[in-house]
Amino acid sequence: MTLALAVDIGLAMLILAMAGWTIAVRDTFASVIGFVTYGLLLTLVWVRLAMPDVALTEAAMGGGLTGALLIGGAARLRRTEAAVRTERPGMLTRTLAAVLSATVTAALAICVLNLPDPAPTLAPDAAAKLGSTGVGNPVTAVLLAYRSMDTLLEAIVVLLALFGVWSLAHDRFWGGCPQLRTHADSEGILAYFARILPPIGIIVGVYIFWIGADFPGGKFQGATILAAMWLLVIGAGLAYFPPISQAWLRILLVAGPLVFMVIGFAGIVTAGAVFAYPIGFAKPLILAIEIALMPTLVLALALLVAGAPQRMPPQ
Amino acid sequence: MKIAWDIFTIVAVMAGSFFFLAGTVGLLRFPDPLTRLHALTKADNLGLGLVVLGLLPQTHWPLDTIKLIAIWLFALLAGATVGQLMACTARRGGGPPK
Amino acid sequence: MTMPDFLLSAAAFVLVMVALGLIRILRGPEDVDRMMAAQLFGSGGIAALLLLGVATEAKAVIDVALTLALLAAFASVAFVQGISQPDSDDSDDFKETRGK
Repeated sequence: MTLALAVDIGLAMLILAMAGWTIAVRDTFASVIGFVTYGLLLTLVWVRLAMPDVALTEAAMGGGLTGALLIGGAARLRRTEAAVRTERPGMLTRTLAAVLSATVTAALAICVLNLPDPAPTLAPDAAAKLGSTGVGNPVTAVLLAYRSMDTLLEAIVVLLALFGVWSLAHDRFWGGCPQLRTHADSEGILAYFARILPPIGIIVGVYIFWIGADFPGGKFQGATILAAMWLLVIGAGLAYFPPISQAWLRILLVAGPLVFMVIGFAGIVTAGAVFAYPIGFAKPLILAIEIALMPTLVLALALLVAGAPQRMPPQ
Repeated sequence: MKIAWDIFTIVAVMAGSFFFLAGTVGLLRFPDPLTRLHALTKADNLGLGLVVLGLLPQTHWPLDTIKLIAIWLFALLAGATVGQLMACTARRGGGPPK
Repeated sequence: MTMPDFLLSAAAFVLVMVALGLIRILRGPEDVDRMMAAQLFGSGGIAALLLLGVATEAKAVIDVALTLALLAAFASVAFVQGISQPDSDDSDDFKETRGK
């Protein structure tokens, strides 16, 4: 048994154990910590599977936003948790839940076991046509040239999720500011940290975005890093979320998908098909879409973590 | 000269690995949160720091080298911040307010 | 033993070490102890990724480690802030639903 195989088996066991523990543990905070660790393990697994693009996304999402989102949720639910724990669902509910989970697991297992071997792949075709897109990273080519419709819909889904969160706002706070539940000390270590890290973090975020054209990286990973930096500054009490009624905020939020759609539908005239790029213009158009999507994603991801507006802006 | 740098890498990486061993033993064996925190920050600073130091001669100048140094500086900054914040939390009981 | 082999063994060693530290997540006793294990696992993961990335000359792996290192403190900061919320600053929403 080689070392690499031993490490892979160890990682697989560890990830199963961590997943099981995260579900089994009753305390919400402990469970969230388990989930953050699980995300780190997933990052390592994606690297071992030679998928650095996915590993990068998991590192940014799992390490940055998901943890903050879940911890915020756990903090909000804490007061109701004791009451929830004393309630035990009836035997019927639990049996039904168990049967349903077992069925889903079995169906998934059957699907995985019946996958054709070797798996059908479009990878050679994707690599062969890479030259016509002008980008060097096949993942970026798939996301923004071959299957750009999916990417557009993903960006719209993120926006719809944000509208869903906003719709939870109390009527009198509609158009107000979301708030992180912080009690920050502007002289404390956190404020210091939030002053030092974001300038470098912004460079790293833009770098990850920029190399996405030719190497693993891209707008989504870069946007996640930038959103995390913004949340850090706000969490340290050095800045505040803008009111969601601000025109600039709403314009930036829709600008990304809008530019994407305009370029996509312009393809009917310029290249003969929806989401086709005229020959020779693929790279600049892809770049334009990515740059337009960047602020949309940064704002949407950070505001998703922030939750519904909770106060009116000071007059 | 190549040999000398390789030996440097081996020594530094082994020393770094030792601090991860020490960090884990400390985290598992020390009696209270503050002492465990001490073990954790040692692994953060010295373990990762020595590994980075050892890897520097093996990387391509300039981009990879700068990235490696940046990673260590991020880890130092994160370790110092998290160490203080966690120590505060640990002194208050280490869990949600009862 | 060649240099890549040595670096890969070191990566495996560091990974095994910090994975053992995860026992602290099971044992607690407090959430802050669990968070320390997660933090140590993060540092060890970064070190292992760097060793792996340099050994296999995979540049992208170094970028993954860079992202992890940049956000290393993020989850812990959110955790400390979330956990130390005093009960008094209930959001208005919550007070209202409870009052009804």
